[in-house]
Amino acid sequence: MAPWFRTTLLTVGSIAVTMLGLLFITFIIGRVMPIDPVLSIVGERASQSTYDAVYLELGLDKPLIVQFFYYLWDVLHLDFGTSLLNARPVSEDIARVFPATLELATLGITFGILLGVPLGVLAAVRKGSWIDQIARVVALVGYSMPIFWLGLMGLLIFYGILGLVGGPGRVGIFYVDVVPSVTGMILIDAALDRNWAVFKDAFSHIILPASLLGYYSLAYISRMTRSFMLEQLSAEYITTARVKGMSEWDVVWKHAFKNIRVQLITVIALSYANLLEGSVLTEIIFSWPGIGSYITTALLSADMNAVLGGTVVVGLIFILLNIFSDLLYRVFDPRSK
Amino acid sequence: MNALSRLLTSAALGAAVTAMAAPAVWAETPADMLVIAHRIDDVTTVDPAESFEFAGSDISRNVYSRLVNLDPLNLEAGYQPDLAESWEVSDDGRTITFTMREGVTFHSGNPVRAEDAAFSLQRAVILNKTPAFILTQFGFTPENVEETIKADGNTLTITTDKKYATSFVLNCLTATIGGIVDKELVMANAVDGDMGNEWLKTNSAGSGPYKLDGWKPNESVTMSAYEDYYGGAPEMKRVIVRHVLESASQRLLLERGDIDIARNLNPEDVSGAQSADGVVISDELKGRLMYIALNQKHPELSKPEVRQAFKYLVDYEGMRDSFLKGQYTIQQNFLPQTYLGASEENPFTYDIAKAKELLDAAGVPEGMEIEIGVREAQERIEIGQAFQNAAAQVGIKVNITVGTAKQILARYRARELDVYLGAWGPDYPDPQTNAGTFAYNPDNSDEANATGLLAWRNSWDTGGLTAQVEAAVTEGDRDTRIQMYEDIQAEFRETSPFVVMFQQIEQSALRDNVMNWSTGQAVTSAAYWQVTK
Repeated sequence: MAPWFRTTLLTVGSIAVTMLGLLFITFIIGRVMPIDPVLSIVGERASQSTYDAVYLELGLDKPLIVQFFYYLWDVLHLDFGTSLLNARPVSEDIARVFPATLELATLGITFGILLGVPLGVLAAVRKGSWIDQIARVVALVGYSMPIFWLGLMGLLIFYGILGLVGGPGRVGIFYVDVVPSVTGMILIDAALDRNWAVFKDAFSHIILPASLLGYYSLAYISRMTRSFMLEQLSAEYITTARVKGMSEWDVVWKHAFKNIRVQLITVIALSYANLLEGSVLTEIIFSWPGIGSYITTALLSADMNAVLGGTVVVGLIFILLNIFSDLLYRVFDPRSK
Repeated sequence: MNALSRLLTSAALGAAVTAMAAPAVWAETPADMLVIAHRIDDVTTVDPAESFEFAGSDISRNVYSRLVNLDPLNLEAGYQPDLAESWEVSDDGRTITFTMREGVTFHSGNPVRAEDAAFSLQRAVILNKTPAFILTQFGFTPENVEETIKADGNTLTITTDKKYATSFVLNCLTATIGGIVDKELVMANAVDGDMGNEWLKTNSAGSGPYKLDGWKPNESVTMSAYEDYYGGAPEMKRVIVRHVLESASQRLLLERGDIDIARNLNPEDVSGAQSADGVVISDELKGRLMYIALNQKHPELSKPEVRQAFKYLVDYEGMRDSFLKGQYTIQQNFLPQTYLGASEENPFTYDIAKAKELLDAAGVPEGMEIEIGVREAQERIEIGQAFQNAAAQVGIKVNITVGTAKQILARYRARELDVYLGAWGPDYPDPQTNAGTFAYNPDNSDEANATGLLAWRNSWDTGGLTAQVEAAVTEGDRDTRIQMYEDIQAEFRETSPFVVMFQQIEQSALRDNVMNWSTGQAVTSAAYWQVTK
C-alpha cells in the first residue's frame, strides 16, 4: 500500500470514528438530560393528548438505540432534522448562523495573529523591558476581564459616546436584507454585490466585536509566542548565530521564529477553533446571531435537534482544523514527513 | 449576568454617560418606520392555531384580524367588532351568529368570507395544537366542528355545547387562536393533510394591518403596512423587531436613537434611561402573576393553618420596593388587575409572628425541610431567597432547587415538588382563564393527569370552588358575574395553597416622539398599527 494512500485512509478512518463517537455521546447526553423536548414544543398549558401526540411524533417511544440509528441515518444524509422550536430544518438554521460566526471569528483571529505574534516575539527579545511589561499587562487584562464587561464598555465608548462604530447587530436597520445572501458573510456578500455602503456599515458593526475577540486571542497567542521564543533564544544555536555575527533580525526571525512555527500553528488553530465555537457572551452583547448563541438558546429550550446539529458542526470544525494543522506541520517541519 | 454584574454595568454606563455629557448628534429612525428591540427567542411558530408565546402573539395580533378584537387605544372597552360587523345570540344562549364585514381582503388580495372564518376556527380545533383548548372548552371537537362552526353566505354561526356567558365566548375569540386565515392560500400550501400548518409556521395568510415580511429566529421580525387594510393603512409603514437579548445593549441602542422602543430593560437600565434625553418610560400592567404554590400531597403543607402561614412569610412590600422595583406590583388574587372581576383586596402582610403562631397551631415540627423549585431567572431566585430567609425565622428549612424551565416544570407537572415558585399568565381576556386553572379541579386523582390545571398540579381539591367557577362561566349578567368572581377570590385568598404575590408591570422605554404605544396590558398583545411618530 502506498504511504500516501495509507495516510489518507487512516485520516479518513479517524475522522469517521471520531465523528461517530461525537454523535453518539451528544445524542446520549441529549436524551438523558433532565429536560423535556415535548414540553418545549407544546408548552406548559398543553393537554395530555396534545403532549402524547407530539411524544409519538418525535419517536420518543422507540428504544434509545433505534432512535440513535434513525438519527445517524438522517445525519449521513445531511439531515439534522427540524428544529423542535421554530420548525425549520436545523441545517438551514446552521447555514444561516454559522457564516456570521465564521466572519467574526476569522476577523478576530486575524487581529489576534497580526498583533499577538509580533508582540510575543518583541516581548521575548526585549525580556524584562517596558515592552515586555506592557505585553504582560495586555495579556493579563485579556485573561482576567469579564468579556461582557469589556464588550459593554467598548459599546458604550465607541458606539454610545463617540459614535465611531455601529451598534449591536450585523448591519444597521437600513441595510437589513439589502444585499443577496451568497456566502452568508455580509462583508463578502456586500463586496460581491459591489454595494460599498452596506460593506462600510457591516464593517462598522463587526469591527468592535471582532476586535474584542481578537484581543482575547491576542492575549493567549502573545503569551505563548513569548514563551516559545524565550526557549529558542536561550538555545545554543542562537548563541552560535550571534557569535558568527548574524544580524539580530535574522537571528530572531530566520532562526528562532522559524523553529516555533509548528508550535504556534497549534496555538492559533486552537484559538481559532474556540472562536468558531462561538463566543456566547460576545454574541449576546452584540446581538450577533452566531452559532454560539444558537446552540445555547437551543440547549436552554431543550431543542435537541438543534443542539445536536450545532455540536456536530463544532466537532467537525475541530477535526478539520486539527487535520489542517497536521498538514501544516508536514510543510513546516521536515521531521514529520 | 448576575445582579451584581448588572448593577456594576448599569452604574458604569450611567457614570460614563453623565461624565461625557457632550452634546452628541443622535441618529434617528425614519418617521414612517418603527424599530423595536425585544427578546423574540420564544417565537416558535407564527401559525395562529399554534402560536402561544408572548413574542409570537405580538406578531399575530398585527398580522391577523379576528372576528372581534380589542382596541389598543381603548382596551377597557373590551371586545369590539373586527371582521365580524355585528352578532346576535340565540334565545337559548348557545348560538352566536356573526355577520361578516363586507369588502375586506386578505394580504393575498382574496376576499375575507365567512367561509374563511369558519375554516380558521375549525382548523384550530382539528389541528388540536397547544392553544386549542381555548376553543374546545366550548364543546367543539374535530368530529362535530363542521356542525358547530358553520358559514352560510355572509354569516358565521357557532354553537356551543351549553350556554356560556356571551362575553366569555367573545373574549376567547380575541385570543391569538381567533386569527382568521386565508383559506385558499393556506390550503394551497397544505401537505399531507396538515391544513397548511407546516407552511404557516413560518409564513402568514392574514388580513391584519401588517404583512409579515420575514421572521429570522433569534434575529428579527420584519413587517410592512398593508395599504388596503380595512381600518386604514397604518402610519408606520415598516416595523422591525430586532432580537436584542441584553438589557444594556437595548438601552444603548435607544439612547443612540437607533431604535424607537426598548422592551426588556432591567430596573437599573430603566432608571438610567429615564434620565436620558429624549427617552420616556411607559408602564403597563401585564397579566403575569408571580406565585408560590404548596403541594397538597405534603402532609404538613396541606394543613389550612400552614397554607395561611405561608401567606404571611412573604415580604411583599420589601421585594416590590427593592429588586422588583418598577417591574411588579402587589397582587394577592388570581385575577390580574384590568380583568373583569379583578379584586383589589391584598390583605396579607409580612408578619413573622403571625406565621409562627399559625405554624405552632398546626403542630408543624421545628426544623421541617421543604424543597422549593425555581426557574433560573434572577428575580425568581431572589424571591426564593427572600422566602428562604423568612421561613428560616419560623424554623422551616427551605432548600431551593434551581433549574431550567423544562426541568422544574416537568417536576411541577408531575406533582413532585413540595413548593413551586413561578409565574402564570392568562391566555385570553376573560376571568375564566385564571379561575379555570387556579380554582377549578373536578378530579384531583393522579389518574386525571390534568396537568393544565394549576390546582391539580398542586394536588388541591378546590372543594366548592369548582362548582362556583362552573357557574360563573355561564352567568349572563355582567354584574352578577363580577360578584361571583369576587366571591370566588375571597375564598381562594383564605383557603387556597397559592400564595399569589405580584403582578407584572411592563416598562417600555420609548423615544419621546413615539405616540400611542400599547403592549396590550394584561388582556392582549402589543399592537403597532395605531403608533405614530
